[in-house]
Amino acid sequence: MMKNKTIIAAAAMALMSTTAAFAGDVRIMWYSDGVEGEVLKDLISRFEKDNPDIHVTIDEVAYSVIKEQLPVQLAAGNGPDIARVTNLKSLSQYWLDLTPYLKDVDFWKKNYGDQLDWMRPDGSDIIPGFMTQITLTGGFANKTLFDQAGVALPGPDATWEDWAKATQKVAESQQIPYAFAIDRSGHRITGPMISYGANYIGADGMPAPLDDKGKKFISDLVGWTKDGIAERDVWVSAAGTTYRAAADDFINSQVAFYYAGSWQIPNFMTKIGTDFDWVATGSPCGPAACTGMPGGAGLVAMKATKNPEDVAKVMDYLASTPVAKEFAERTLFLPSNKEVIAGGLDFKTDNQFAKEALNTFVKASSTTAPEALKLPGWKWSDAYYGALVSRVSQVMAGEMSLDEAYGRIDQDIADKVKEAK
Amino acid sequence: MASGLTMAVVERIMGIIDIPLRRWQKATGQTGMASFFLLPNMAVFGVFVLIPFVINFIYSMTGGAQIFLDERRYVGMQQYREIFSCGNYLDPNSCVQDGFWTAVQNTALFVVLQVILLIVLSLVTALILNREIIGRSFWRAVFFFPVLLSPVVTGLIWRWILQRQGLLNFILYEWFGAEPFNWLTDRTTAFMATIGVTIWAHMGFYTLILLAGLQAIPKDLYEAAQMDGTSRSRVFWRITLPLLMPNLIVVLVLALIRAVQVFDEAFVLTGGGPGTSTMYIVQYIYEMGFASELRNPGLAAAASILMGAVLVVLTLMQMAASRRNEKKGER
Repeated sequence: MMKNKTIIAAAAMALMSTTAAFAGDVRIMWYSDGVEGEVLKDLISRFEKDNPDIHVTIDEVAYSVIKEQLPVQLAAGNGPDIARVTNLKSLSQYWLDLTPYLKDVDFWKKNYGDQLDWMRPDGSDIIPGFMTQITLTGGFANKTLFDQAGVALPGPDATWEDWAKATQKVAESQQIPYAFAIDRSGHRITGPMISYGANYIGADGMPAPLDDKGKKFISDLVGWTKDGIAERDVWVSAAGTTYRAAADDFINSQVAFYYAGSWQIPNFMTKIGTDFDWVATGSPCGPAACTGMPGGAGLVAMKATKNPEDVAKVMDYLASTPVAKEFAERTLFLPSNKEVIAGGLDFKTDNQFAKEALNTFVKASSTTAPEALKLPGWKWSDAYYGALVSRVSQVMAGEMSLDEAYGRIDQDIADKVKEAK
Repeated sequence: MASGLTMAVVERIMGIIDIPLRRWQKATGQTGMASFFLLPNMAVFGVFVLIPFVINFIYSMTGGAQIFLDERRYVGMQQYREIFSCGNYLDPNSCVQDGFWTAVQNTALFVVLQVILLIVLSLVTALILNREIIGRSFWRAVFFFPVLLSPVVTGLIWRWILQRQGLLNFILYEWFGAEPFNWLTDRTTAFMATIGVTIWAHMGFYTLILLAGLQAIPKDLYEAAQMDGTSRSRVFWRITLPLLMPNLIVVLVLALIRAVQVFDEAFVLTGGGPGTSTMYIVQYIYEMGFASELRNPGLAAAASILMGAVLVVLTLMQMAASRRNEKKGER
């Protein structure tokens, strides 16, 4: 009888361990662009030593899992206790308000307050988490290719057209497949579109129809792609809203200029090494501005967690100034913590390219257009980005004309708005 | 010792359930007993097939981006009306849901070409592997090996081969000095690549079915034909093909069903591109329901119900064909 009870209890424990969180268990879903997964594990191991009653599990996943599977898990009431996300606003209904559990709410408001609206539901004042890093989109040039081609790097006021012409010369001289590349992402082309003067947000706060200035950049990008100047591969190698990056092509010296963002610096530092000289260039200019798109990854707590106190302890630890400083210095990410920024950073690298690139991005952040600053906290950004990327790809693949695509983009966004109501 | 123990346990169990079973049979007759034994299967079918199907149908009648049914609003047949709202069904751009019709067209073309090529190649391979060739077992293993691979692995292997800096372009350049070609970003070659890769991945399975059919054909028929001096082609058309027909029908229907469901290898290989030229219907459903920002589970559900209807038709075809074969066999 006793034996039977033991077996039943053991079976129940085994079953529960797969379905329920025990007190002290905190699960983090984490994706990495560079080395930040390793840094996080190191930081967390120290936290666990100091807090033996809390066990933190880090599930390292691909970015696509965060983008595609996490929303479904959250909607189904599952998911981790904490997640590192870039989709900050449109999933904000699932974020936990950490306010009642935090050690020092004022610390959070003072140091992370500027970006809290990016991740809150509209009109709310909750504290769901903090930005692990601030990013800014911008370009990277393969300086070795420019030097070998005898082409001068375009200056800080150079336009997209100037860059297209200069890189074309490099590509012809160095026999590389494409002059420049831009990631297959609506977020990535939004900086250039705003530089051309595009405006996404209507007077009522809802999505505005695609305007002539935005259309002009799209038409230029499609033209450069058709002419073989801009890399076709990343844009037409997927359908729908799937994200594709051209980082590997830049690392392999297949393009002279790559428009991505500050998060690529650690990746380039590790993978390019001393193979060639590379520089961050900031964002090329358009008629209206020379702006990149701000953004970043946020670490947010989930409303569905069963251990909010433990989750808050982990968040308090990771957001604390010394830990946030170490994280930024070791991962080479731009921090969002104001105390860290004010105290200065000693990025842990001897790589001169990476150090200069970080400085370039810090400098470029001062020219970010106000229109670009609004978008990370705008509910409909992702709907706009998704429509842009899927339709522009279709034009590049020859499936529809530019005019048809413009109409479809407006219709897609309208459908998303209708569906969300 | 162990089998003796097992038998003892079985006998004990049978002893316990024997009396209730007999009483049940007496009360319900043979039909009732059949129903009783069908119950476990019906329960599994109900939980894993029927209930999800019903839930999916209810989803297709709702709108909104939410996952939970109680948070979604009832919209009736609106999703279906939107799907079928087309100026011209052959021109997806004239449809409200242009992505759905593009996916339908791509899938239809894929199904026709892939299934024809798959069956022909599987048949030819089976005929060759049925002969006394050197290393026959080795070749059989070679053709069956891709079936064992995960579809994602298959897609990745072929992506590495076909991409701009891939193995194929390297070989073409090294051996023939050919300029690199973007196999996966050209509409035609990317589409054909999805066909080729899925054939490569699944052909071994169908070859095996046909090989089994070929080996079941009595040898004496061939010997008699040989004695009569019948030509090889006549032997193939008059003996092999008719006797292989039951297996061919099974292969045809299974291949059709599988082709309509094409997703994993193609998705990893091309991501649905270039543009939407390899976006098949399952990927469209996945995009609508899971991948796109502000998902549309209602539309995804409606599209999957329509795809399910096509699969039901194909399954009925298989059942009808099997029945016809059985009757022929009886005659």
